[in-house]
Amino acid sequence: MFLINCPYCGERDQQEFKAGGEAHIERPKQPTELSDDEWAEYLFMRKNIKGVQFERWNHAHGCRKWFNMARDTSNDEIKAIYKIGEKPPTQ
Amino acid sequence: MTQNLRIKSSEFIDETNRISFKFDGKTYYGFKGDTLASALIANNIHLVGRSFKYHRPRGIMTSGSEEPNAIVQINPNSNITEPNARATEIEIYEGLEASSQNCWPSVNFDIGGINNFLAPLFPAGFYYKTFMWPKSFWEKYEFLIRHSAGLGKSPNTRDPDIYDHRNIHCDVLVVGAGISGILAARNAAKNNLKTLLLDEKNELGGSTIFEANEDNKINNNLASEWLKKEINELKNIKNLEIKTRTSVAAYHQYNYLLARENLTDHLNKKDKKNKIRQRLLKIRAKKVILATGALERPLIFNNNDRPGIMLSSAIKKYSNFYGVACGTKNIFFTNNDSAYESALSLHNKGINVEAIIDIRENSDAKIIKKINDAGIKIYWSHTIVDTRGYKRISSISIMRLSNDGTSVTGSKISISCDCLGIAGGWTPAVHLYTQSGSKLTFDEERKIFIPKADTKEQISVGSCGGDFELDEIITNLNYKLKNFLNIDKTDFDSIALENDHETSKRNIWLLPSDQSIGKTKPFVDYQNDATAKDIKLALREGFRSIEHVKRYTTTGMGTDQGKLGNMHALGIIADTAGVKMGELGTTTFRPPYTPLTFGTIVGRNVGEFFDTFRRTPMNDWHIKNKAEFENVGQWKRSWYYPKEGETMYQAVQRESKAARQSAGILDASTLGKIDIQGSDASEFLNRVYTNAWSKLAIGKCRYGLMLNEDGMVYDDGVTTRLSENHYIMTTTTGGAANVLGKLEDYLQTEWPELDVYLTSVTDHFATASLCGPNSKKILNKIIPDLDLSDDNFPHMSFREVLIDKIKCRIMRISFTGELSYEINVPASYGEAIWQKCIEAGKEFNITPYGTETMHLLRAEKGFIIVGQDTDGTMTPIDLQMDWIVSKKKYDFIGKRSLYRSDTMKQDRKQLVGLLTEDPNIVLEEGAQIVSELNQKPVEMLGHVTSSYFSPNLNKSIALAVVKDGKNMMGRKLFVPMENKNISVTVANTVFYDEKNERINA
Repeated sequence: MFLINCPYCGERDQQEFKAGGEAHIERPKQPTELSDDEWAEYLFMRKNIKGVQFERWNHAHGCRKWFNMARDTSNDEIKAIYKIGEKPPTQ
Repeated sequence: MTQNLRIKSSEFIDETNRISFKFDGKTYYGFKGDTLASALIANNIHLVGRSFKYHRPRGIMTSGSEEPNAIVQINPNSNITEPNARATEIEIYEGLEASSQNCWPSVNFDIGGINNFLAPLFPAGFYYKTFMWPKSFWEKYEFLIRHSAGLGKSPNTRDPDIYDHRNIHCDVLVVGAGISGILAARNAAKNNLKTLLLDEKNELGGSTIFEANEDNKINNNLASEWLKKEINELKNIKNLEIKTRTSVAAYHQYNYLLARENLTDHLNKKDKKNKIRQRLLKIRAKKVILATGALERPLIFNNNDRPGIMLSSAIKKYSNFYGVACGTKNIFFTNNDSAYESALSLHNKGINVEAIIDIRENSDAKIIKKINDAGIKIYWSHTIVDTRGYKRISSISIMRLSNDGTSVTGSKISISCDCLGIAGGWTPAVHLYTQSGSKLTFDEERKIFIPKADTKEQISVGSCGGDFELDEIITNLNYKLKNFLNIDKTDFDSIALENDHETSKRNIWLLPSDQSIGKTKPFVDYQNDATAKDIKLALREGFRSIEHVKRYTTTGMGTDQGKLGNMHALGIIADTAGVKMGELGTTTFRPPYTPLTFGTIVGRNVGEFFDTFRRTPMNDWHIKNKAEFENVGQWKRSWYYPKEGETMYQAVQRESKAARQSAGILDASTLGKIDIQGSDASEFLNRVYTNAWSKLAIGKCRYGLMLNEDGMVYDDGVTTRLSENHYIMTTTTGGAANVLGKLEDYLQTEWPELDVYLTSVTDHFATASLCGPNSKKILNKIIPDLDLSDDNFPHMSFREVLIDKIKCRIMRISFTGELSYEINVPASYGEAIWQKCIEAGKEFNITPYGTETMHLLRAEKGFIIVGQDTDGTMTPIDLQMDWIVSKKKYDFIGKRSLYRSDTMKQDRKQLVGLLTEDPNIVLEEGAQIVSELNQKPVEMLGHVTSSYFSPNLNKSIALAVVKDGKNMMGRKLFVPMENKNISVTVANTVFYDEKNERINA
């Protein structure tokens, strides 16, 4: 069970949060102009890597805010937490 | 005549407090402080159970939670019975009853014992290999196998005990209250850190507390005496909380640990009453100090499982702590010095030690001289090749070991005994350490897995960290604590230590016998009856991964999770396969460390507390009026209101008719309500719904369909424009929370530029839905001032009015196809308004109806229920709702997906109506639909999603999804059921009032 440092509320237990999948996948601004393949890429394709992964999390039973997390999937170490709109940490 | 093996009084046993208990139906006596195991041994009971597979007689092997053999059924044949309890952990109390497991008719004469002689027929993988043919017979085999499998019996009635959960936050958690744990906890607390010290036993002090080795001294006192004094002073320390009888079950990430605190199991029956039995502690610790100690290893040799064969350390504990001798003719068998301490302890208490068999060539430890002085014979370089004695060990045969340790030489010597202490060295208890995700490293010289590295959040101290000798333990502890707690000094910096050192080592995982391995039974996993032979067989058959060998042989898969024998299994695999143990690794250590009852895991969340229930403000009225309830999400919704003697079917038929003929009333408070405000609210709705919203006039309502980005229908509901920048959205009852979450997600992450605020107001409003041709008259009685004419208050519009000074929002919307009004009031007035409607409606025979009638009425109209007629694979086009998908809007959630090649296919499953040939047959929801009856394999075209008998049409109606359904209008299809095939015709989804005339009736 993670201890997650919500950027708005501070450290809280994982059970207050909801994971929201891979981060930094922007919804296409002009979906109608995409081919089926391009749209499918946005819609269905998600990474599942061993190592540092950028994820969206929601403090569902708290402030209800979405934020981003860089997590090492091999050992569940949370490397960084940053707000929506902020750039992912480089290292 | 049973012999009493109680020796002399022990300070840990209260001999003034005699306790009677029953074992296998017979009454025995023990003392306060005894475990069931120590009390049984004191009564000279050594045979306590039968093994799992071969039904071999088994006795008590250990003195702690690692016990594989002495597992018993507590309070058999009662509702508080508990299987597989370890006799070594059960503290006896007045009235305790226990019985042996896995034996019939009794532990002394067990029919299943025949398996022992059939053992050659039961190799590893026996069941997989034997019950393969003929394939169709498996079910018959399974019945017989299941019947003879398993250990104890689970209770079959409700658990009457109370369990609890507690959250704990602390600065430092110390697991294990041996000498290391106590010193660590004390120093953490003294440095102003909120400290919690846990131990699974009822006494603090670990194994040091009953230490009697005069060579181990602290500040010139016996280590045990010194520690007792320290423990006495612990209670005066602030910031230190100590919990005994508390076993840490799991160590998860981020220092989150679960522990089971046992509160009443040791109390007399009458003292247990109305008390919490066990509590699950959910601990989040800033730092964790693991001081979980080490487990003594057995030795693996032929017939090493007989009652009376025990761990050497357990024999020492029984004599020093419980004051019980395990035998009168004791022999020790060892590969290290620790057995000599046990032997000397017995000797000093006047208990006879016949001999010590040591596989090493010699040892120069100080204690050897004392053993020699005591006149105890030591057989160096010898091993046990066989043991005798069926229900209790009676003798051993020993032979000289060859230099390489793989065979035996010389002549056989037989020595009689009634107790054999085995000492195979020590395995650090790294279970919790590895559960936390940390890695182990193998110490090739000492043949132990030890923690690879300490971190800022976690350290392992004492023997679980690989330190076994007193000076080593204390010195390393001191050094580690300073670093870990970031302190300059500890209160034991200048402690004076003296102890013996072990210098001679020899480790042989599988000891040889004079017989070939095929003829021996060297048990590795006692509980599951897995022998070294089975492991070798698995390797011969090609298994290489230890995880596979484990599952094939079931080594380490018992309730003890192989705490004793797992290391030997690894060693034997490594030796046989010619690989290094460090490279082989270990199997995964999984929680719980010791078994937990389900009661502890679920805590208070049983019965009515299983889940939270949500009730509407009108709930009391529904109960008074005998409503039956249905669970919808967490809500308790009125399902139907049966009158005297009515069945559900009859009630629903009556309610449905009344709602169409005169007036009905439904509690719709559970619908999700989201308040939407902001200057971009209209644009926001445009983006989330498939239809257009910018032109919706203030005071008007509109039905909206919400898709997922994949184009599939997600939710629906009516949204009302209250003012320029203010809307109220309704969602399905079950979807409310998810819809809000999804909308928030888009607002926060995709469209942060929109000025929109969302608030859930589901619980703030109560909703009474008035429906039927007389609903207008009823509403008119309640609000005479409001002009209800179709011109002033048309269908799909909204008015805010006062009823008795209560602000109400009334929407004229309909889910039944009838003229209908939804009256929304602040929740606290819900019941009052409901009552008012009922009063006003009396003259029109207003009929309260529940969800079932609502479902029937809307099905007559072909209105969908998201989640019943849809299942996440239906687009609006599939639902024949093309009309609601805006062609003009550039984008909305899911729009692009409606133009994917797959969603555009013509022959997708589509929603249609179904009419049965015989109008009296009602289809079963979920029934499959086919077009051919005689074709095999038959193609499933779809299934029935909603089905009712319509009282208003006097025939059966159904909605269904059918492949290419839109092109099948009028086609005859079949619904094959178990006993009959039902003929159906594909029809329009709207069965009643196709022209929609009744909403203005």
